[in-house]
Amino acid sequence: MADLIYNIAAIIALIGMMLSFVRLIIGHTIADRAVALDGMTIISISLIVFIAYYSNRIIYLDVAIVYGLISFVGIVAIARYLERGI
Amino acid sequence: MEIFGALITLIGSIFLLLGGLGILRMPDVYNRMQTGTKATTLGSILFLAGISVGHLECGCFGKIIIIILFVIFTNPISSNTLARAAHYAGVKLTERSVKDDLKEDNLENKGEKK
Amino acid sequence: MKKGFLFFISLLIVWILLAGTDWQEIIIGAIISLLLTIIFFSKATIFSEFNLNPKAIFYFLIYIIIFIWELIKSNIDVAIRVIQPTIPINPGIVKVKTKLKSRLGRIILANSITLTPGTLTVETNGEDYYIHWIDVTSGDIEGATKKIVSKFEKYLGVIFG
Repeated sequence: MADLIYNIAAIIALIGMMLSFVRLIIGHTIADRAVALDGMTIISISLIVFIAYYSNRIIYLDVAIVYGLISFVGIVAIARYLERGI
Repeated sequence: MEIFGALITLIGSIFLLLGGLGILRMPDVYNRMQTGTKATTLGSILFLAGISVGHLECGCFGKIIIIILFVIFTNPISSNTLARAAHYAGVKLTERSVKDDLKEDNLENKGEKK
Repeated sequence: MKKGFLFFISLLIVWILLAGTDWQEIIIGAIISLLLTIIFFSKATIFSEFNLNPKAIFYFLIYIIIFIWELIKSNIDVAIRVIQPTIPINPGIVKVKTKLKSRLGRIILANSITLTPGTLTVETNGEDYYIHWIDVTSGDIEGATKKIVSKFEKYLGVIFG
């Protein structure tokens, strides 16, 4: 029962990620795409933690930590590029 | 206990879905940032907390707590820098906006320099 | 000295959360945390800008409760706005002023504003904050300051002096 609810929750989160991905494709400006990418990375951190427990490999939690760190630095780098060029 | 954690995870995933929907539907960059930051922050906190409550036997609370604190601290900062960069890059607010104090102040400063 | 000890303890707690409670790991973590505290604490003055008396700690706990309540409220607000067919927004960028002097207090205030209902910090310049507000209800500086900033400023003013 609990496993079923966890799987449904992961599917709902995945649908949210796909909606954000649609915004990443249609865009209109670079800032729109960066915002969509930011939302997608946070949802994917949650999904990485879900996969870590789903497949019983706790080492994937470290992957989630490092992924969050790198995505934060990446978003700040994109913002700096938007503000004053490289 | 497992069912309880699973329900928390379900609520969190619904907030994540609403965050994605907000990023898709809102009319301009700043409103998208509002929904994108808030809904995904609480959504991912509830999602992670629910998963760790449901699997108490593993005993790896520590890393989950680190990830949650990390999300709380970095998510507002990244959206703050992005909003500022978008404003300086000249992304316009939607037509339904009421006022823009930052633009007025920047124009006044340029006028004083000349 | 007391604040340096607090810095050391928080570094060590982060290490234990990451590496587990094996005693060899704790000894290595303690040595490295002590080295980092000795090397960096005198330069990182921004981390020592808080008060350490019982009143400040009590206000800090109240502040965390208020912050979590505002976070939940803001998410419900966002959810209601997103679901409706015609999105009910009335956005604009307003300017507010803060009375806080400490740099760390200003950072935490800006991040708290970003996570509370309908507001997003766009630019900070000294004591002026420019805030994107999803539903502008009062246009002048005093009204906006009272509605957005003052509910946190009362507690942060005690914590960060």
